Amino acid sequence: MTFGVVLRDITKSFGPTPVLRGVSLDIAEGEFLTLLGPSGCGKSTLLRIVAGLETQDVGTVSIGGRPVDALRPKQRDVAMVFQSYALYPHMTVGQNLALPLRMRRLSKLQRLPLLGRVLPGTRALAGTIARDVAQTAAALEIDHLLERKPGQLSGGQRQRVAVGRAMVRQPEVFLMDEPLSNLDAKLRVAMRAEIKDLHRRLGVTFVYVTHDQAEAMTLSDRVAVMLEGELLQVARPRDIYADPEDRRVAEFVGSPKINLIEGRVREAGAVDVAGTTFHLDTGLGRGKAVTLGLRPEAFGAAERAGPGVITGAVRLLEHLGSDLYAHVDVPGQQAPLIARLPAEDDAGPANGGTLHLRPRLDHVLLFAPDGRRLRPAQARRIMPLPLREPA
Amino acid sequence: MAVDFASWRRSETAPCPSGGAQARKQALAEALAAGLLAGPAVLLLLALFLLPVLAVFVIAVTDWQFGARSLSFVGLKNFAELFADPVFRRSLVNTVLYVCIVVPATVGLGLLIALLIESGPRLRAFYRAIHFLPYMATLAAMAIAWEALLHPTIGIVNQTLASLGLPTPNWLRDENTVLPVLAVIGIWQGLGFAMVLFLAGLKAIPVDLYDAAEVDGADATLDRLRVVTLPMLGPVMMFVVIVTALRAFEVFDTVKILTQGGPAKASEVLLHTLYVESFEFLRTGYGAAVTVVFLFIVVALTLLQARILDRRVHYS
Ligand SMILES: Nc1ncnc2c1ncn2[C@@H]1O[C@H](COP(=O)(O)OP(=O)(O)O)[C@@H](O)[C@H]1O
Ligand SMILES: [Mg+2]
Repeated sequence: MTFGVVLRDITKSFGPTPVLRGVSLDIAEGEFLTLLGPSGCGKSTLLRIVAGLETQDVGTVSIGGRPVDALRPKQRDVAMVFQSYALYPHMTVGQNLALPLRMRRLSKLQRLPLLGRVLPGTRALAGTIARDVAQTAAALEIDHLLERKPGQLSGGQRQRVAVGRAMVRQPEVFLMDEPLSNLDAKLRVAMRAEIKDLHRRLGVTFVYVTHDQAEAMTLSDRVAVMLEGELLQVARPRDIYADPEDRRVAEFVGSPKINLIEGRVREAGAVDVAGTTFHLDTGLGRGKAVTLGLRPEAFGAAERAGPGVITGAVRLLEHLGSDLYAHVDVPGQQAPLIARLPAEDDAGPANGGTLHLRPRLDHVLLFAPDGRRLRPAQARRIMPLPLREPA
Repeated sequence: MAVDFASWRRSETAPCPSGGAQARKQALAEALAAGLLAGPAVLLLLALFLLPVLAVFVIAVTDWQFGARSLSFVGLKNFAELFADPVFRRSLVNTVLYVCIVVPATVGLGLLIALLIESGPRLRAFYRAIHFLPYMATLAAMAIAWEALLHPTIGIVNQTLASLGLPTPNWLRDENTVLPVLAVIGIWQGLGFAMVLFLAGLKAIPVDLYDAAEVDGADATLDRLRVVTLPMLGPVMMFVVIVTALRAFEVFDTVKILTQGGPAKASEVLLHTLYVESFEFLRTGYGAAVTVVFLFIVVALTLLQARILDRRVHYS
């Protein structure tokens, strides 16, 4: 396997505050990897370390198999798209796109304002630069904007120009720091598709930073979930959702949030939870605490209370057209459970009424009190998705 | 019932004739209140600014002498005399020369120091001193301090030069050095102001732009300046240039205290000419004509900022 970007034990502090605590990550060549995490968890810092804009305290970065720790950003063959786009406001779109090429292909003398133009070779190079700019602009459908200044563009157009400026010199690695977060919701979805398409066409490594799980899930080959400077899990989007390694990953991914219910092991194969008993193998001894994670869609309706059925009072019903979310108050639970029910069940539950929910036991995720995922042998057998060892 | 309801609705939305009169009365009251509230400011503006300017224009076309009981209209005679007067011409040239030295030097040095401070915190203390000193002391006191520094025999400048075996000119009494020396004092006076504005301007440049420039390959000092810093400082630069130029055109205190325009009119400047003509020779009409020329230059500079250059340095 050839590696696009390899990070080994990256540690970084700003003053006394540790921001990255030993991050290791292998990103395959041509892969689309997303760093997903809440704001302030160190995603941008990690990306900037890859770009060379920030220096790690400890650890190494290699790109395309060569260590780049001693190299400046321009020598690393990476391009970056910034959240603010960081377009040069005094230059036209065409000049913005041309700048990385001018810096690379023209000598210091050739870049001089007047003298540069008469030096031998400048004209030919300027021609190739103009051609490459035109090609990139055409690919992104911004060729009609080349004469405009960034201030005259809409948010979506600016975003494209920023991508174009990164694309124009054909880098080995694309780094994108929340490139869509300044766009309105509708445009964001459209641009998401374009970025995915861009990745397919270019076939180079993309490292994409976002706090938006929808972006991470739809765009990525793999998602690296980051929290407080640590990578919690690196896996395919559906594994991140269905097979989280850590309670915090389960909580961060999925909307509405996963329901976490505290339980206690009654005996081998039985757990007391929310006023009822589930037949579940936890692998834990009698009396041990365990947390059950249940996605909203892991519930089915039941006729009456009984073992394996959670009973509670409906606090709120949310109709979302295709689905119906029931918020249910359950004894011994602080937060209400949120269950997704088919919209046809409309007739069934009513506000303030009683609802019986039967969790599908093969969808239950078990977590130890320290947040680790528990995988008892039996649970392993009935998991819906095959388990993969992390790469 | 329905009819009643409809008419009630109509009277709510469309005012009937008597309602119109009321609305007009209300608008009048509002206008009156607005006039009353703006009144003091308008009066002050009139009394302190517009009327004096108007008076200057009127006096400039008369032969009025300060204190005289009569005056007569002389048309543009004052201006004709003005431009034929070698002292005024010298004064105008000197002022322009002074501005041409002070503005580029103040802006250039101010920018350089601001960039140095931005690049490292070591110069902070220096920056504070250089910024506050010229403002904390009154200029008159500072002018006297400069006079002491520049004293031909016991001044520290010449003592230093002498100890190095260099020539020791009589700075303020030498036709060749007096204007440059005054310019140096002017630069010293305006440097802190320019630097503070540049520092603020530098702080306002988004860091992302420097990062982008670095990734794009513009990471050498000069490239960063060319690609990001200088263009982004455009608006601040414009402001600093205009304000420095205006202040340089207004040079007066140092000239009055240190040289009185001498030697041989080598440091005669517009405001000093104006002062001498108006308040020493009491030729108020002639002085007013000088003022008109001065106002013309100042207003032209301001318009230049507002109209032409403003458009080129703002990017959105
Ligand atoms: N240059 C810096 N100096 C000091 N602290 C910083 C700097 N850059 C980032 N931080 C801090 O590091 C933490 C992580 O920041 P960042 O990587 O930007 O997070 P994210 O991109 O995940 O929102 C934040 O607490 C932030 O305040
Ligand atoms: Mg960030």
